[in-house]
Amino acid sequence: MMDSPMLKLVVCVKQVPMVSELPWDSKTGTLKRNMAEGMMNPACKHALEAALEIKNSHGAHITTLSMGPPMAEEILRESLAMGADRSILLTDPRMAGADTLITSYTLAHAIAKECPDFDLILCGCQTSDSETAQVGPQLAEELDIPAVAYVKQVEIAGRRVRMQRESDDFLETLEMDMPGLITVSTAGYPPRYVSLCGLQLAFEAGDIVRRSMDDIGLESADVGMQASPTRILDVYSSIARKKNIVLKGTPKKSVETLFDQFGDKLSGVMAKDLKTHDHDRNDDDREDE
Amino acid sequence: MTEKMNKPGQRICVFGDYRNYFQNRVTLQLLARARELAPAIGAEVCAVVFGSQVSEYVCEYIAHGAQTVYVADDPVLKDYCVETYLFLAEHLIRQYRPDIFLIGATDFGREFAPRVAKRLKTGLTADCIGLEINADGLLVQTAPSFGGNLIATIITPEKRPQMATVRPGTFKELPHNDAAAGRIVSIPVPSDLPIPRVRLVHSERKPPREQRIEDAGIVICGGRGMGSRTKFKKLFEMARLMGAEVGATRPVVHSHWADHDCLVGQAGKNIHPRILFSLGVSGAIQHTAAIHDADLIIAINKNPNAAMMKMADVAIVADAGQFCSAMIRELKNRIRE
Ligand SMILES: Cc1cc2nc3c(=O)[nH]c(=O)nc-3n(C[C@H](O)[C@H](O)[C@H](O)COP(=O)(O)OP(=O)(O)OC[C@H]3O[C@@H](n4cnc5c(N)ncnc54)[C@H](O)[C@@H]3O)c2cc1C
Repeated sequence: MMDSPMLKLVVCVKQVPMVSELPWDSKTGTLKRNMAEGMMNPACKHALEAALEIKNSHGAHITTLSMGPPMAEEILRESLAMGADRSILLTDPRMAGADTLITSYTLAHAIAKECPDFDLILCGCQTSDSETAQVGPQLAEELDIPAVAYVKQVEIAGRRVRMQRESDDFLETLEMDMPGLITVSTAGYPPRYVSLCGLQLAFEAGDIVRRSMDDIGLESADVGMQASPTRILDVYSSIARKKNIVLKGTPKKSVETLFDQFGDKLSGVMAKDLKTHDHDRNDDDREDE
Repeated sequence: MTEKMNKPGQRICVFGDYRNYFQNRVTLQLLARARELAPAIGAEVCAVVFGSQVSEYVCEYIAHGAQTVYVADDPVLKDYCVETYLFLAEHLIRQYRPDIFLIGATDFGREFAPRVAKRLKTGLTADCIGLEINADGLLVQTAPSFGGNLIATIITPEKRPQMATVRPGTFKELPHNDAAAGRIVSIPVPSDLPIPRVRLVHSERKPPREQRIEDAGIVICGGRGMGSRTKFKKLFEMARLMGAEVGATRPVVHSHWADHDCLVGQAGKNIHPRILFSLGVSGAIQHTAAIHDADLIIAINKNPNAAMMKMADVAIVADAGQFCSAMIRELKNRIRE
């Protein structure tokens, strides 16, 4: 290659509901997803920020890519306001209900079609809704490129990417050659603030490229729920399923009941052996105070 | 594409994640759960170990329930490496065709498992907090989402293996049994092992630091209902016994019963404990919004109608200080050292 061409970055972003406002219908036991207000998944925003910093220091062209319903366009507009150059929304009702295996397959096709000469793909390390952290690593497998998850800091020198991350109590420095993929953790790259005015402009200007399944050359049988190996049997609110056992009586009695019913759970999390039954000791029954 | 890789009921494999052996017992916990599930599908429980000079872990896994251990022991496997382990795991699974493959939801496990699943084109459920076998002999995987607000149960009906990463602390390990016997199957490391495209330049263990409240498996939160600074201090004794961390509400921090570091809530820290004890806390939204994913919430309050009591699994109507003392006595009696 002659003089180094401009870096091409792809940032995958997802729209997620604002968790604190999750509208849960306690009567029907379902999530009113259509009522949940959307936002850009926090880790995806950190990934975009990492891309923007690369753009600042090296010069780069940033494409943001999202797969989702038409309303996910909002977060793509936000990404343009933050400084992305081009945004692609993959939207097609037939893609709905895909699990991570099929989502990564679909995204890989879109990238191969729309930005085949990418240098680096950046994803958020996990989403705040399904929290799987699986799509990034699976996308790298699908594209057969090197990948590192949970990246906190990234530097680029020539074709080489150097990354720092924490993994299971180890601080690691890793290197790979581009093209590659990283998933960015929320430990670094606090996202820049976009003024309301900037957002406003992004909503008025800036085209979002829309792509359907046919545009990226996929067939119904390859995408969405029917292609996904996993099946969701049931979804329920953890609060609705809380047992809410009420214990009254002396603190001592309650503590004993607690150990009788949840001793296994306690000892599992404490990683300590607990004696299971110990009612017949007759040490002091007094409570303090 | 939908061809099944296996008839159900032969093997449950557990990935031997030994890198943080003494802190992280998730492999042992998974072996224990696998032993409980195995009879329902007539399976054998196997551990899979990759590394260099790992015989010590192989013995540990047998002593904790593994009936067979597949081990690739070679100096080239000295460092944890996703790509190399992937290559070995893919070949091992294609050869032995386990029905189920379980991996601890450590950082490594959560980077490694999705790529294994992708290569095998099978399903994977992340960060499970429950595993069962249903009437059809399928693995029912329970996983939280939306910060633990929603719980989903998921199956992989067709593809094999059925894969899940499982949150540490979900299951209890079996006691160490020196007399347990297990088969050790040595996996040859091929000479054409692909050279990893990601190079480890440097790795160091983080200096052992105090457990942070954000990462603690058990958090004990005290509120204004603890009554006094002296009584609040008892929470630290309870926490020491349980290996837990102490959290506090805003009034507690304002009264200087605890440091600002302990503050849990909108103005403080987010916590993700497996178990939360909440003593003398009313349950204001600014506090509870920062509590994610707790599988077991135990609230102690004089007032049975406090919001915190309503969101608890176990709501104990009692004086918070007295409960704490009773808890400390009981822990001292029960903990086997
Ligand atoms: C902008 C803003 C941000 C905030 N951020 C935070 C934050 O980050 N973290 C936070 O914690 N708060 C925060 N707050 C404050 C929050 O709204 C609550 O006021 C606070 O959480 C209440 O703390 P508490 O439960 O300890 O006290 P209280 O609400 O006073 O509740 C005390 C509880 O103890 C019980 N009790 C009393 N005596 C006993 C006894 N002897 N035994 C057992 N139970 C007893 C009572 O029944 C009651 O339920 C914030 C508030 C605002 C406005």
